[in-house]
Amino acid sequence: MPETPSLPTLLATDGDGFVLDPEDLEAMRAERDHYEQPQAACIEALKIVQRRHGWVPDGAIPAVASALGLGVAEVEGVATFYSLIFRRPVGRHVILLCDSSSCFLCGFDALRAAVEERLAIGFGETTADGRFTLLPVCCLGACDGAPALMIDDDTFGPVAAGELDDLLEAYP
Amino acid sequence: MSAAVYHSRLRQSAEERRAETHPLTWRLREDGELVGLAEYLDKDGYGAVREALAGDPEAVIATMKTANVRGRGGAGFSAGTKWGLTLTGGDLPRGYLVCNADEMEPGTFKDRLLMEQLPHLLIEGMILAGFANRSRQGYVFLRGEYRRAARALGQAIDEAREAGWLGGDIGGSGFDFDIALHTGAGRYICGEETALINSLEGRRANPRAKPPFPGQSGAWGKPTVVNNVETLCNVPGVLRHGADWYQGLSGGLSEDGGTKLFGVSGRVARPGLWELPMGTPAAELLDRAGGLAGGRDLKAWLPGGASTGFLLPEHLALALDFDTIGRAGSRLGTGLMTVVPDDQPMPALLRNLETFFARESCGWCTPCREGLPWTVRLLEALERGEGEPGDLERLESLARDLGPGRTFCAHAPGAAMPLESALTHFREEFEAGIARPAPRPVGEEG
Amino acid sequence: MATIHVDGRPFEVDERHNLLQACLSLGLDLPYFCWHPALGSVGACRQCAVIQYRDADDDRGSLVMACMTPAAEGTRIAVEAPEARDFRRGVIEWLMVNHPHDCPVCEEGGHCHLQDMTVMTGHARRHYRFTKRTHRNQYLGPFLGHEMNRCISCYRCVRFYRDHAGGEDLGVFGANDNLYFGRHREGVLESPFAGNLSEVCPTGVFTDRPPDGRYTRRWDLQFAPSVCHQCAVGCNISPGERYGELRRVENRYHGEINRYFLCDRGRYGYGYVNRADRPRLPEWREARGEAAMTLEVDAALDRGADRLRGARRVIGVGSPRASLESNHRLHELVGAEHFCLGVTRAAADGLATMARLQRQSGLPSPSLRDIESHDAVLVLGEDPLNSAARLGLALRQAVLGRREELAAARGVPAWNAQAVQTLAQDRRHPLFVAYPAATGLDGLAEATWRLAPADIARLGAAVAHALDPTAPAVEGLEEELAEAAATIASGLGAAERPLVVSGDALASTAVLEAAGSVARALARRAKPGGLSLIRAEANATGVALLGGRPLEWALDEIEAGRADALVVLENDLHARLPHARLDHALARLTSLVVLDHQRTATWARADLGLPAASFAEGDGTLVNLEGRAQRFFQVFEPSFLRPETRIRESWRWLHALQGAIRRRRPEDTRLDAETRDCARHHPALAAITEAAAPADHRVQGLRLARAPHRYSGRTALRAHLGVAEPRPPADPDSPFAFSMEGYAGRRWPRRDIAFAWAPGWNSPQAWNKFTDEVGGHLRAGDPGVRLLDPVPGAYAYAHAPVLLSPFVRRDGEWLLVVLPRLFGGEETSRRAPLIAERASAPVLALAPEDAEAMGLAEGATLELVTAAGRVRLPLSCRAGLARGLVGVPAGVAPGLATGQWGRLRPVTPRRTP
Ligand SMILES: Cc1cc2nc3c(=O)[nH]c(=O)nc-3n(C[C@H](O)[C@H](O)[C@H](O)COP(=O)(O)O)c2cc1C
Ligand code: SF4
Ligand code: FES
Repeated sequence: MPETPSLPTLLATDGDGFVLDPEDLEAMRAERDHYEQPQAACIEALKIVQRRHGWVPDGAIPAVASALGLGVAEVEGVATFYSLIFRRPVGRHVILLCDSSSCFLCGFDALRAAVEERLAIGFGETTADGRFTLLPVCCLGACDGAPALMIDDDTFGPVAAGELDDLLEAYP
Repeated sequence: MSAAVYHSRLRQSAEERRAETHPLTWRLREDGELVGLAEYLDKDGYGAVREALAGDPEAVIATMKTANVRGRGGAGFSAGTKWGLTLTGGDLPRGYLVCNADEMEPGTFKDRLLMEQLPHLLIEGMILAGFANRSRQGYVFLRGEYRRAARALGQAIDEAREAGWLGGDIGGSGFDFDIALHTGAGRYICGEETALINSLEGRRANPRAKPPFPGQSGAWGKPTVVNNVETLCNVPGVLRHGADWYQGLSGGLSEDGGTKLFGVSGRVARPGLWELPMGTPAAELLDRAGGLAGGRDLKAWLPGGASTGFLLPEHLALALDFDTIGRAGSRLGTGLMTVVPDDQPMPALLRNLETFFARESCGWCTPCREGLPWTVRLLEALERGEGEPGDLERLESLARDLGPGRTFCAHAPGAAMPLESALTHFREEFEAGIARPAPRPVGEEG
Repeated sequence: MATIHVDGRPFEVDERHNLLQACLSLGLDLPYFCWHPALGSVGACRQCAVIQYRDADDDRGSLVMACMTPAAEGTRIAVEAPEARDFRRGVIEWLMVNHPHDCPVCEEGGHCHLQDMTVMTGHARRHYRFTKRTHRNQYLGPFLGHEMNRCISCYRCVRFYRDHAGGEDLGVFGANDNLYFGRHREGVLESPFAGNLSEVCPTGVFTDRPPDGRYTRRWDLQFAPSVCHQCAVGCNISPGERYGELRRVENRYHGEINRYFLCDRGRYGYGYVNRADRPRLPEWREARGEAAMTLEVDAALDRGADRLRGARRVIGVGSPRASLESNHRLHELVGAEHFCLGVTRAAADGLATMARLQRQSGLPSPSLRDIESHDAVLVLGEDPLNSAARLGLALRQAVLGRREELAAARGVPAWNAQAVQTLAQDRRHPLFVAYPAATGLDGLAEATWRLAPADIARLGAAVAHALDPTAPAVEGLEEELAEAAATIASGLGAAERPLVVSGDALASTAVLEAAGSVARALARRAKPGGLSLIRAEANATGVALLGGRPLEWALDEIEAGRADALVVLENDLHARLPHARLDHALARLTSLVVLDHQRTATWARADLGLPAASFAEGDGTLVNLEGRAQRFFQVFEPSFLRPETRIRESWRWLHALQGAIRRRRPEDTRLDAETRDCARHHPALAAITEAAAPADHRVQGLRLARAPHRYSGRTALRAHLGVAEPRPPADPDSPFAFSMEGYAGRRWPRRDIAFAWAPGWNSPQAWNKFTDEVGGHLRAGDPGVRLLDPVPGAYAYAHAPVLLSPFVRRDGEWLLVVLPRLFGGEETSRRAPLIAERASAPVLALAPEDAEAMGLAEGATLELVTAAGRVRLPLSCRAGLARGLVGVPAGVAPGLATGQWGRLRPVTPRRTP
């Protein structure tokens, strides 16, 4: 393990009344130890916040920044760069629909239309009941199962429009 | 009926996959489940580590150079050469070995299989690479969506550490090395090796200027080797059986040795993955995939992902290796072919491809950041039949200005390749998108 | 040096440069955006593309970015190759895809690098026909406007703000073509250097917010080479005037001082010049307390002369913010015996000590550029980012300088900004800071100590002893301080070029002597180090070289009846002395003459007030903390647009007054005569005549222009006053003309440059056309002349600190430290509306432990009472403040001075436990 230089003590601070969960703080601390510099834990720290809250609320940015001894703008810069860090609230389940070439060749348009019609939302939107958010995603590496999609942690493919109802059923 | 949970699988039977000919996949289980440590050890696992760590790092590099294992991440750079250029020894700090497991190139689904089902092979390859490069720590940079691979790798790393294959003094060799799993948070550009290092460091994934190369100054300024999953999975075999054996694997089909995980996706009957000799003709691969689905004819194919140039049916006879495909004006890339049927309009497909590249641009350099969205707008207009005279020329000049050397990294040149080739091969389809002024009835004033 | 071939012609260039630097240094035009001479190359914008050829036989070449390619021996490139030109035109066109093309309403228009580069590349027609993306803007504080739609994503802002200046609250958000450069959320930009964004940003995203909404194009401004009066660093500035008001202060390149950057106090602190309440006519008060009446010049001089002639003894109070010429003329008027420096005794002692140490410590005073090349820094009892901010920024570069060293060791050139940063990580040159409170440099420091002034002095003396055993030991040194001294000594001792920084922030000569001893110890080890001593005020160094008595002496003389008249030069005594004693003394005077450009409390008590020129309306010479005499030139003639004003330089008033007293025929004086006279009378200042060109200097027979060629509307400037167009005012004092007539070019090098402009270069980037190489020195040499160089000799160590007793906390009493403040802590800029808006509310600072022990909560109102004055302010618990101390912000309570002991009384109820 690389030696870790001395660090500012991890602090949970309060931005907009946001307080890091102690367990999450602990997890960030553990993550930080994997690297030469604490900044490397930044993305994972944001993912930790996201696992608890579904997204990364505004107040979490200064909290993560002070937990890792980073500048607020730096952390926000990272948070807004990556597509799987959500800086806006999402539904209980996130559907990632692959829109890359193989899926495009194998029925993406139809699948997208079906999902959008079924849920009455477009890309970047959340259903009125807060159940699903629909997002496009880069090639899921499931091209031999195109068209493919992910719901939360699960990857499905190939998905036919007719199978959607059953599929979504499993995500209340 | 509910949709199938996606599982990565190889379309080759256990009989076909023999240890001597299928170094990457012979250990895979028929049921597609994870090969654990015990089973891996039973199947000659960590044998190469045991041998190599008794010798010295230079010997490992020498063997790798002779074997000429060309990088499977897409660029085909010799791993041995790369390792030889990495700064090690003397009073230099020990650096890092990073496995590029970001697999996000559209049409590519090979590393996923290796990690989900055979993580110990990757770990073994990483230990060997780490040893050769005197790395102090290895990281697997895994794309965030690969949850099953993350579980498999996490478990395998723990097993390996417990069994003494990772950690201090591996196998009594005095070599210390451990591996940490780093999962990403999206963005294709993270696969570019220097962007990957920035992302590993917790920064925005903008690429870094080269030189200095990662081998001189990589993660945290330390010498760093970045290799693709499949590249690293080739290492144990090479060291176990030698460079000659490796060279022989391609059976004379190619000047390059070894096997390659080839795949086919797109509109084919049986999309999938195969481990085949380097240089296998494209036609054979397409055959294995059952040819085109629905009785369509082949219009074009991408030999190795979205960032390679389109080839035509006439190119199917070509051997799938870096140089042959390169000579045909495209790139082997990741070696996973995407098949385009004859009913697919090219402007729409290009719009899809370029939208991907535009969205995934990191935003650092101007041509890529601004040129790609413009490209998309033009393609959209052509797709809708709202193109204007001059649009094709503009697309051509965009493709040229997105080319190598003009942008900061290889992302935009990757976007330029399919565009340039499509404009060459299917020009009429794009021309058809240019709106013609409606013919004016005779006698009316303009 | 290396020979490179550009478009077939051979050139000698510096091989440590990249090709862009090399081409620009040769005077060639090559467009660029993301590169900046102070920020290095990152290769992002792709604008500087050229064709590089492998060798003489290669006729195809390949496209490379000039900024990312070394200017190695034998390099062959073509700037003008069609392929390169086409590509560059394409880059500009991409940059303009989303740009709003709002030049007519954009504050940057006319000094916009993007405009210049668009013209240079020949992009004249837009081909993109789709919709543009738009952004929302942010409120970023009083200084800067924000218009993100104009952004071309060159990343310069974040690179300057974060990498160069260490700010943390500006970032880049998003990805692909959806990038946003701004704050995490709306709010005031925290960095004291944020204002540089208006020059660093190549387009109109970050622009100076026009004061009072009145905005002027750069080509319509009248400029003069000037020197910032807001602290003692002496940054060179180009103030721009229109309609009798300053509208903008731009950075004026000086290769040894500020180069490309200013601090925000300097950039935005000029607002006092424009105050409507400024005295513009002589004012006369028949009797104390009566309303003042205005007088014409002759009447004012007559009455002033009568009064002073009739006085038993006249004391002249000089000013650390007034020019040498004005101070000298006052010195001449009253005589050396009756001249007072205009600062308190503690301050005067400090100034004298610093002047002596600069000559007699064995180490030279580095320029800011020099500072950046030191490799270990000890800051003893100063807070540079508050008292001399631009120097603080240079210290930051010194500490980060380790990067370039580490990179060089691996063959990475210094210009490769990101590679250099990557290689170095957080390895820096050592910085040690000893100060009573936290400072803005602490984050860069290897170690910091929060100590009371006495202990800082003891620490310094101990460092000197640790470096050189012949330096006196500090008796009874606590173990903690001994360890600290050892750490610092080994850090400085190991360095090639150690730098000691101190100053008068703590008003302690002991601290200064200790710093001097460390310098001496280093000099004895034959270290080519430096000693940098910070004064708070613009000409404190200069006035101290004239010599004079402290303010308390003047009060003593008045109180004892030995003096009955006072002439006060540009000095608000009420900002320096306890009011009770001061007012009591002033009341005893028969005559109080005050010269100032501000309506201060002292002005309000004057019998005769003479309206002085601010730096914008007059000329003069200042000596900065490095000991460099620099001339500032009049920007505009106030009477041109306001014929009723009678504003004159103080030296001119005093010269006239002197004549009137002696009943000589009125005769005017000239700046050069005053400067010469000052130089003749004060050997230490003998060289100041060399600081700038004299009034008769001409270039090719021409005067120098104050305004750009395109200056417009001159004939209409006075249209509201009359139809006749008068001649522009004459300027007898400088080579500059009050108009666009005259030389403004760069063909014949000159040191005194009012504004930088070159054909095709309208933005501040034009400075690169005036330097010998980018980031180098002005081609004619950097302005000014150094006065305070070390005098060889063997100097004994100071013993004073040895005798110092350690700081001992008192029960119920608190040691005051007045903490310098960048915004609000300085006499004149405090009166500028923008600075007042930016200044944080004053507070009394206590260590949290001390507040806790007293049962006081943050924000509680406290009254601090000392023998010399009192102040009521809210409490702020300041982590890291040394215990037993109470911190008072500079500029809120005259009379309260560092070193006094005071009592604290809560005014609001105590917190209930
Ligand atoms: C935009 C872009 C994306 C890339 N993505 C990947 C990737 O996902 N996986 C990968 O192994 N290499 C990827 N590469 C290639 C890497 O930069 C690098 O060449 C490779 O990881 C080196 O490993 P190898 O030599 O073993 O092939 C990408 C390159 C570019 C320009
Ligand atoms: S990166 Fe840009 S400005 Fe920048 S100069 Fe080079 S290409 Fe050049
Ligand atoms: S293209 Fe959709 S999973 Fe590969």
